Amino acid sequence: MTDDSTTATATATAAGAADDPSTAIAGTIGSGLVAHPPTAVAPNTGVTVSPVQSPRSRMIERAIGALALVGTVATVWLGIWVTPPDKTQGDLVRLVYIHPGVAWVALYLAFGLAAVSSLLYLWPRTRSLFWDRLAAASVEVGVVFNVCTLVSGSIWGKPTWGVWWAWDARLTSTAVLLVLFLGYLALRRVPAEPEVRARRSAFVALFAAVDIPIIHFSVNWWNTLHQGATVLNANLSPQIHGSMAWTLLLGFVALTLVFVWMLLVRYRIGVLEDWLGANELDLALAERHSEGSGRLDGPVADRPGAA
Amino acid sequence: MWRDAALVAGKDLRIEGRSRVGLSQVAPFGIVALVLFAFALGPDRQLMAKGAPGLFWVAVLFCTVLAVQRSVSVESSDGARDGLRLSGIDPAGLYLGKTAAVAAQLVVLELLLAVGVILLYGARIEVPWMIVVSCLLGTVGLAATGTLYGALSAGIRVRETLLPFLLLPIAAPVLLAGTRIWQAAMAGGTPATGMQWLRLLVVFDAVYVAIGVVLFGPIQETA
Repeated sequence: MTDDSTTATATATAAGAADDPSTAIAGTIGSGLVAHPPTAVAPNTGVTVSPVQSPRSRMIERAIGALALVGTVATVWLGIWVTPPDKTQGDLVRLVYIHPGVAWVALYLAFGLAAVSSLLYLWPRTRSLFWDRLAAASVEVGVVFNVCTLVSGSIWGKPTWGVWWAWDARLTSTAVLLVLFLGYLALRRVPAEPEVRARRSAFVALFAAVDIPIIHFSVNWWNTLHQGATVLNANLSPQIHGSMAWTLLLGFVALTLVFVWMLLVRYRIGVLEDWLGANELDLALAERHSEGSGRLDGPVADRPGAA
Repeated sequence: MWRDAALVAGKDLRIEGRSRVGLSQVAPFGIVALVLFAFALGPDRQLMAKGAPGLFWVAVLFCTVLAVQRSVSVESSDGARDGLRLSGIDPAGLYLGKTAAVAAQLVVLELLLAVGVILLYGARIEVPWMIVVSCLLGTVGLAATGTLYGALSAGIRVRETLLPFLLLPIAAPVLLAGTRIWQAAMAGGTPATGMQWLRLLVVFDAVYVAIGVVLFGPIQETA
């Protein structure tokens, strides 16, 4: 009996993994985060073990993580001990090594990636849960970076502008963006079939993405106080020099790596979550089953209710 | 498409005419909101007149959420949604019809709220046509986005709490633009500044109506 159910589950799971078109796309993208067809079967449970990460993708993930760590440590070291304080802003300028980098990841990289992958999910030819999971991971990590942007900006704003929060255009649009994507995450938490959830979320991400330029213009007309872009300004002449410029650049690279690493980990968790969602009942049943059969041999006094 | 839209809009408005949910619940809610805003700002009439444009639009936004909820719940019982899909009505027509019905109810409501704002807050309007145009454009935008999100959340059990969270941030530009146009059109404002905001509303409406017309079919299949 146990043997039969084991084979059945294993076949079903393997077939499911092979059907998933994300396998092919994930491979070409190079992230290598693929739910492998389960090969091992946990003893006595009748349920296949969870999808495992291939050694190659684990190595890539760890390498990016290590690079991100090194980059961040280097940025902190350069930012705090090596670079000089600013003429007008003093030590406050050191926030500039973090804040624009975090904002770049939050406002452009994460949400841009989420919008593009949502669009690719909705496009029938590229429809695959891979894009859905990528969008979800991207938004979730992006929300973390967005909060960091607002917090680091506030810390800088209090001594400089005298207030924790100003209703400036950029601050306001960043906050609206945060609320929009918190809505996206709230929608994702609504229990639904993976395909239904993916379509709903993709539509919401798309509507939000379309709204962003309109919000941008409207709050710009509404109020502007934030200082202009330092490096990528209109005449492309950076207003920052020497070790400060290099530290700023390193900060951008390090934070981008941190984002990529978090994205990979979150994507892998997403795969595992979906796997668990599909197999939760089987797992629980198997556990219950083995519990019953295992305890029968043991001492009767251990079992509750055996007086 | 247009004939379908007229059919659907007529059906929704007929239901509304018979059930009077909008008239007996949503409109009074709008008035209650106006009175509560007055309590929040204190009895200073000058302050209230100054805040009138924003308060008007916030009240409209809240009422939009209610109107959209109602528009969705009309279809949610007795398998009405499946019936609509089976009836062969063009999804674009269905979308336009539902949007038009919500917009029509909102226009009536705005009329009521505008009278309330003028009487209760002492707001003085200098350029009436600008107010009227801003209300019409803003209403189309709110109804268009509201119907989209309403359809998207139609099958969700926690719709009542999720919909405002999703819809209100999206509608933020309508609030900003509407408020600025009203400020421009009221006593002490500069009417010329209202023009760019009117253009923004036109863009907002065009974008979301276009999205609705194109995507309403696939969205319906999702729910």
